Amino acid sequence: MPGEPILELKSVSSSYGRINALKGISLKVFSGEIVAMIGANGAGKSTTLMVICGIVPIESGEIYYDGKLINGIAAEKLPPKGLCQIPEGRRIFPRLTVRENLELGAFYRKDRASIAKDLDRVYSLFPILQERRGQQGGTLSGGEQQMLAIARALMSKPKVLLMDEPSLGLAPIFVQKIFEIISEINRKESTTILLVEQNANLALQAAGRGYVLETGNITMEDNAASLLNNPEIRKAYLGE
Amino acid sequence: MEYFIQQLINGLTLGGLYALIALGYTMVYGVIQLINFAHGEFFAAGGYVGVILLSYFAGLGYMETHPIFCLGGAFILTMAYCAFLAMGVEKVAYKPLRKQSRLAVLLSALGMSIFLSNGLMLTQGVFDKPYPGEFFQGGFEFGAISISYLRIMIVVMTVVLLIGLNILVYKTRMGMAMRATAQDKVMSALVAIGSNKIISFTFAIGAGLAAAAGIMVGLYYGSVRYDMGFVPGIKAFAAAVLGGIGNITGAMLGGLIIGMVEIFGAGYISGQYKDVFAFIILIAVLYFKPTGIMGENIDDTRV
Amino acid sequence: MIQEFKKIWKSFTIGIFWLLGLLWPLLGIHADGTLSFRRTLTIWLYIVLISLACLVIYVMHQSGIWARAGSPLKAVKEKIAYLTVLMPTWTWVLVAGVLALIFPLFTERYAQDVAINVLIYICLGLGLNIVVGLAGMLDLGYIAFYGVGAYSYALLNTNFGFSFWISLPFAAVFACIAGSIIGYPTLRMRGDYLAIVTLGFGEIVRLILNNWMKLTNGPNGILGIKVPGLFYPSFLDGFSIEHLWLKKLHYLYYIALALAVFTIIAVYRLNYSRIGRAWESIREDETAAELMGVNTFLLKLLAYVMGALFAGLAGAFFASRMRFVSPESFTFLESAMVLCMVVLGGMGSIPGIILGAAALIVLPEIFRGFELYRMLAFGGVMTLMMLLRPAGLIPAKRVGTRSEERET
Repeated sequence: MPGEPILELKSVSSSYGRINALKGISLKVFSGEIVAMIGANGAGKSTTLMVICGIVPIESGEIYYDGKLINGIAAEKLPPKGLCQIPEGRRIFPRLTVRENLELGAFYRKDRASIAKDLDRVYSLFPILQERRGQQGGTLSGGEQQMLAIARALMSKPKVLLMDEPSLGLAPIFVQKIFEIISEINRKESTTILLVEQNANLALQAAGRGYVLETGNITMEDNAASLLNNPEIRKAYLGE
Repeated sequence: MEYFIQQLINGLTLGGLYALIALGYTMVYGVIQLINFAHGEFFAAGGYVGVILLSYFAGLGYMETHPIFCLGGAFILTMAYCAFLAMGVEKVAYKPLRKQSRLAVLLSALGMSIFLSNGLMLTQGVFDKPYPGEFFQGGFEFGAISISYLRIMIVVMTVVLLIGLNILVYKTRMGMAMRATAQDKVMSALVAIGSNKIISFTFAIGAGLAAAAGIMVGLYYGSVRYDMGFVPGIKAFAAAVLGGIGNITGAMLGGLIIGMVEIFGAGYISGQYKDVFAFIILIAVLYFKPTGIMGENIDDTRV
Repeated sequence: MIQEFKKIWKSFTIGIFWLLGLLWPLLGIHADGTLSFRRTLTIWLYIVLISLACLVIYVMHQSGIWARAGSPLKAVKEKIAYLTVLMPTWTWVLVAGVLALIFPLFTERYAQDVAINVLIYICLGLGLNIVVGLAGMLDLGYIAFYGVGAYSYALLNTNFGFSFWISLPFAAVFACIAGSIIGYPTLRMRGDYLAIVTLGFGEIVRLILNNWMKLTNGPNGILGIKVPGLFYPSFLDGFSIEHLWLKKLHYLYYIALALAVFTIIAVYRLNYSRIGRAWESIREDETAAELMGVNTFLLKLLAYVMGALFAGLAGAFFASRMRFVSPESFTFLESAMVLCMVVLGGMGSIPGIILGAAALIVLPEIFRGFELYRMLAFGGVMTLMMLLRPAGLIPAKRVGTRSEERET
């Protein structure tokens, strides 16, 4: 993981309405890593991802992707550059079919043959999606929707994948499968992953490094194993 | 019996026209939750530009030699004109207000509606502007039922446009992007769909369809007026709500129903109050089943 | 400043050529097969010049020139503001009141005519303000209540001989009933839908007035309505009660003034009452208000009915002054004009609406030559106000600020 980070935030501040959600946070993600961001509800984790993607406007600070400043870039310009997000709550398009959802993941791509191949690949990764490919997205169960969301993101061929609470509201068996897939994507495609999670245990087990976010501030940064063994973290986030 | 069939045909024709106008309302509401009051004015502008072009062609003598080409050309040019008009209005009066309250953008739309209809009045005059109708006379007769060539043309054109729209929305990439934007704008941006472009495009398509309806109304009734957009606009909106706002199939269905109810109501109940039927349906739908017959299709996400 | 100009000149150029493309087909294509450009280009050039001037002003504003040049002016402005704050509001009100009372003494018919119009529209604007500005509901059929009030007096007077003063409460009651009928089904609807439905209702009322020949005489209207009359004690030849028909214009002016003052005071009291605060809470966030125990439905209905009441009173007076009513006076465009006054002056702001009504009645009189462009200007003004200054010319004063109203 040497060299320059592929994603870097420098003293980023942002407001959500009148609430100052992020108060000057800085973090680095290197290519090929899985980095976890843990913290309580309302700490600003989702806001961080939305600010990176340009959905929530940034007030001060800088965001660098692949060495270039991306402050103020329109959100829709980022997926073609390889920066994709699977937002909180899955957000699949409810009245589009599974297949259409997947095709939308590849919306910016023009290479038809390659898209078709990726579609097959994704169907083999998630056979249930192939089975339900004609169904409307809103009719799928929570776990299936999460798989669809991940599959859709894979169709974008991301270099850096931001994931917001992938385990939220899912049955444990699905959660396990999701994290297996996360590891697999990271291993096989060398996709960098920034993982935001309330389930600190799973997140830190999957990740190499971690950041702790508390009410808009980064309070701790370390490698994941150390964080897992840190008594404060264990008390606050790991339920001890 | 023949009276009934005649009314049926009338109802279908009128319903198709309402459907075309309703589609513009429903698609725009689907993407940005705005009742575009100015949409009725796109319909009126279409009627005007259509008559301007057709009169021009008539003046040059092309209408006698190639009436079909002239008509086709007028349709295409008019629809393009209204598309550009709609995109301009969106850019100037609606886009800057995207982050403001709903009331603000509604008032802006209202202002634009008044501005445009008066703009038409100032540039085109207060009186009815007649269509060169000499070229489209004649028709079929089945006993007591008469169907003019004009009416056939209108029905065919409407069907063609509606099918075209369906293909656009359900079978093309752009259509998929439109549907995605209507359902979840934030997620669309995250899959590289630029919502600004989609919104402009939606306005353009909606206005184009309304323009076509405007020409057909002008041809059918023989003339256009600067305020012709007002009442049909409300009825078309009622049709959109009836079918489920944001829902394209719903708008088509709603238009047909409103058209039928109006014709049959005028024929069998009361001719004077025919405009009232659409309003009554609107109020009834909003009271008993606000999501409409086929369900809504809007961005109901939070954040 | 050049920086600012660079940012915007591209949009500007695209914009003016887009406008040309939209304008020319309407003006330059003729039915005799010719194309002309002269007229279009002249009009277009006028518009371009005016826009250019606005652009320059805008760019200077963005780059802060006005702020810098205006700083000595700002000191003077602050001094004046300080002085005005020193004098309490009631002195201003007193001055305005005295001026209003002596107004007819040194003005002629025409000015009094215009003044009566302004006063009527002040009543209408304040009434609509209750619905739009206080409770936050967009009512596009408001003029229907005006019509109900007018026709109530017209019918009561011509059919049963009721005098103006007796008919006035009836007109108010009928308008309130109409408000309840229209309000009941519509108030459960979303704000956007409410607008269109009220528009529809307004049109229905107009259609009924136009087509129900037996009751309303349809488009011919109702003639021969009597002006208000007054009984007054006279001590000339011993005590007697005399009757006077208030035909003279300045009598009508004073009645209008009384009506307007009544409306102003009533709206002011409502605004600063518990009801007014409940309305404001509904306007700001209906769900939150509901959760706080505000009976949103009843309060919305109340706002509607109160708005209708004032329109009804104004309508009755209108009928007595014109002595003739017809459905022509109660079109959607009238509703839109009243709305424009509220929007222009400032939603929820009493002085703002008074200013708005005055502006929208007096200015067209001054610019009589541009009569044709009146409605065009109304439409444009409404959109422009939303774009530039949505709070209105005299924004409503509030306790504390809200995030949307923060100056950015």
